[in-house]
Amino acid sequence: MRGTKPRIPSGCAIVGIFNRKAKRFSGSDVLRSIRTMHDRSNGLGGGFAGYGIYPEYRDHYAFHLLYEDKASQLETESFLEENFNIDRSEPIPTRPHPNITDPPILWRYFLRLKPHHQERLQIENGTCEPAIRSGQGDERDFVVQQVMYINRYIGGAFVASSGKNMGVFKGVGFPEDIGEFFRIDEYEGYMWTAHGRFPTNTPGWWGGAHPFTILDWSVVHNGEISSYGINKRYLEMFGYHCTLQTDTEVIAYLFDLLHRRHGLPLEVTCMALAAPFWKDVDRNKDGKAELARGLRQVYGSALLNGPFSVLVGYNGGMIGLTDRIKLRPLVCAEKEDYMYLASEESAIREICPAPDRVWAIKAGEPVMVQLDEGVQP
Amino acid sequence: MRTYIPPEFIVKIDHLRCRRCKRCIMNCGFGTLSFQDRVVADNHKCVACHRCVTFCPEGAITIENNPLSFKANEHWTPAVIKSIYKQAETGGMLFTGMGNDRKYISYFDQLALDACQVTNPSIDPLREPMELRTYLGSKPNSLQVEMKDGNYTLTTEMGPQIKLETPIIFAGMSFGSISLNAHKALARAASICGTLMNTGEGGLHRELYPYSSNIIVQVASGRFGVNQEYLDRAAAVEIKIGQGAKPGIGGHLPGEKINQEVSQTRMIPEGTDAISPAPHHDIYSIEDLSQLIYALKEATRYQKPVGVKIAAVHNVAAIASGIARAGADFIYIDGMRGGTGATPTVIRDNIGIPIEMAIAAVDDRLRQEGIRNWVTLIAAGGIRSSGDVAKAIALGADVVAIGTAALVAMGCRLCQKCYTGNCSWGIATQRPELVRRLEPEEATERLVNLVRGWSLELKEILGALGVNAIESLRGSRERLRGIGLNKTELEILGVKPAGR
Repeated sequence: MRGTKPRIPSGCAIVGIFNRKAKRFSGSDVLRSIRTMHDRSNGLGGGFAGYGIYPEYRDHYAFHLLYEDKASQLETESFLEENFNIDRSEPIPTRPHPNITDPPILWRYFLRLKPHHQERLQIENGTCEPAIRSGQGDERDFVVQQVMYINRYIGGAFVASSGKNMGVFKGVGFPEDIGEFFRIDEYEGYMWTAHGRFPTNTPGWWGGAHPFTILDWSVVHNGEISSYGINKRYLEMFGYHCTLQTDTEVIAYLFDLLHRRHGLPLEVTCMALAAPFWKDVDRNKDGKAELARGLRQVYGSALLNGPFSVLVGYNGGMIGLTDRIKLRPLVCAEKEDYMYLASEESAIREICPAPDRVWAIKAGEPVMVQLDEGVQP
Repeated sequence: MRTYIPPEFIVKIDHLRCRRCKRCIMNCGFGTLSFQDRVVADNHKCVACHRCVTFCPEGAITIENNPLSFKANEHWTPAVIKSIYKQAETGGMLFTGMGNDRKYISYFDQLALDACQVTNPSIDPLREPMELRTYLGSKPNSLQVEMKDGNYTLTTEMGPQIKLETPIIFAGMSFGSISLNAHKALARAASICGTLMNTGEGGLHRELYPYSSNIIVQVASGRFGVNQEYLDRAAAVEIKIGQGAKPGIGGHLPGEKINQEVSQTRMIPEGTDAISPAPHHDIYSIEDLSQLIYALKEATRYQKPVGVKIAAVHNVAAIASGIARAGADFIYIDGMRGGTGATPTVIRDNIGIPIEMAIAAVDDRLRQEGIRNWVTLIAAGGIRSSGDVAKAIALGADVVAIGTAALVAMGCRLCQKCYTGNCSWGIATQRPELVRRLEPEEATERLVNLVRGWSLELKEILGALGVNAIESLRGSRERLRGIGLNKTELEILGVKPAGR
């Protein structure tokens, strides 16, 4: 049999495309790009995040739900009705696909918070325990709690995404098949990320595919978070519960905690999550030693350790980040108003044959791209 | 009264090999050996400290357990019978030194660490940076930054932090219970290793002043040697409430050990007994403790971390939570295997809980309350190897303190006779002729080597775990599995059984 063994491909595939002018483009590009990296996944998971895809509902929380059965859907809907005005509720459009079998019930809701939710939250303290210790009644905290509640307590229901003007389409299958199944070529967005999965640590299930999200944060991740154990326990202190049998979700929650709740700028958040080495901090070449030291002292438990390259999407921007010694690949390219990030350069060249600039990002240093000033999605 | 107690050990001297140099006689701190035409041993006095064995140039001495058999009895063991003889002959409490030597389960030995295979690569610590640096001190829950001249700068003011190059510090052992040479070696080693030594409750000898930035000074119930200068000459201050080897009781350093140096350092008259009361006479509640914490912070102008050392007892989690809220910057928890210079045997052997359980419970509790960042947790009490260090950290400790292991590095054989002041190795004694034997330079080197060796091993462990910073192991119980533990034990430790 020697020589005839199939090559065992390693790792996952990630790709992201971003337009700085918020020009919306079809999901077919990202689909083509991720298809190139077919061998980096094994058919046990693929998914996409599109931003700017629901302009007509831009102020609604778009909840994408996966249900194992009708009962979980009914329970979730009655829970949502208690807390939100459901302005639209419909199945997520799909087309039959020969390689996608046995999908769960896929449903989306466009939600607005009920006006009295804050008072209710205080009175009904029991429904969404434990209260997130932020000290402020940010409505997004409330939304986070609802997501945590559904994922934790409603068996068979799982929130795929919960942000505004964005959505996640994911499932078990090769990413190109998943994309076709979800008809993502029919959506237009100014940012797309995609993931092809080669799961090793957790079973292949629909909820376990990437991207992972909370609010408008979405994360596609190649690698493994070896510090998951402490990241998870750290997040629990702040009311985040990791329920999805995967290490990736901690990344989304950490961004939400450090940036949105603690108010750290994104650049500083990245510095906490992929902290510079002490040897570099001590040299203090860039005058950031004090900041780096403080971050490490306070946020050591949030340090992401282990091999990873991730793309983090949020409303208006995208971040590419690798672990401190870059044990997973990530390539960047620019062409006019477009920014591309992918596991392999081939995936970029497939859709952008002649970029203005191509480069490999540095270990632990984020690449951040945002909409140009004044541009509204 | 004629003693009924049989000797514990038999000293055998090979008279064919013996050159009669009498070095063994000089070396024995317990007066076991004498010369009557040839070297003769009084077996009753031998404690198996191995000093004579180690220094006999001919290798002519062996020490064996006394083979004297008692009728087999699972309940009335020879140790129990001998203890009763001792008390029947003296009418006193039984005394001992070092940590609990009884056969309690060691949870460290029932825990196994994880390693990477394929899906996440292990990291080679010889090629890649591997970070053990740890900061001791209270941290806020979050930070604030602002943009200044195009750069982000911190606006949150942090409390005092002590940089440790490795998460291993030396445990509190007082000058008085151990010798000045031992104290010097600990201070120098701490300074070389970028870590801390702890004065224990016996004050700080002037010769240690150069190492101030590597010293935790203790404020214990006897308040020995505590004055402004003492606080000024320290990196951190520790209020000692309790100790793993003797939770809930005080201490007693006999007058024989209070020579001129000890007397000056402790600020008590020469030859008087140094009594540490069981409680602090100004601390009868958590509010009182808080007052002392802030009194010490005031006295050190909030420039130094002030912590509290407690013994691991049943309710340790709630106590630790109270201490964190009382304003402590660090909490030092000493488990039931923790050592001592002198303690009633019955206290040492029967009181307290294992450090593994204590650290897990405290870490959980502080997390539940969202105050884990407020304190640095120091785990101590029977840490024997870098494996134990890694496991204690994975269970939730920030830092591990070693006392017994440090003494062993200096030559200690765990004969448990520290309280006699006859330590043949010059460690737990004030007899000048014995103290002289402990060469501070060599002892320093041994300590530095130990800390270095363990630190290297910790880096190997981190590399195998696929992480390159100690923070990623700290509290990461996911990387531990229990072997042979029951469900409740696993639940308390917060670890899964092997195979899950």
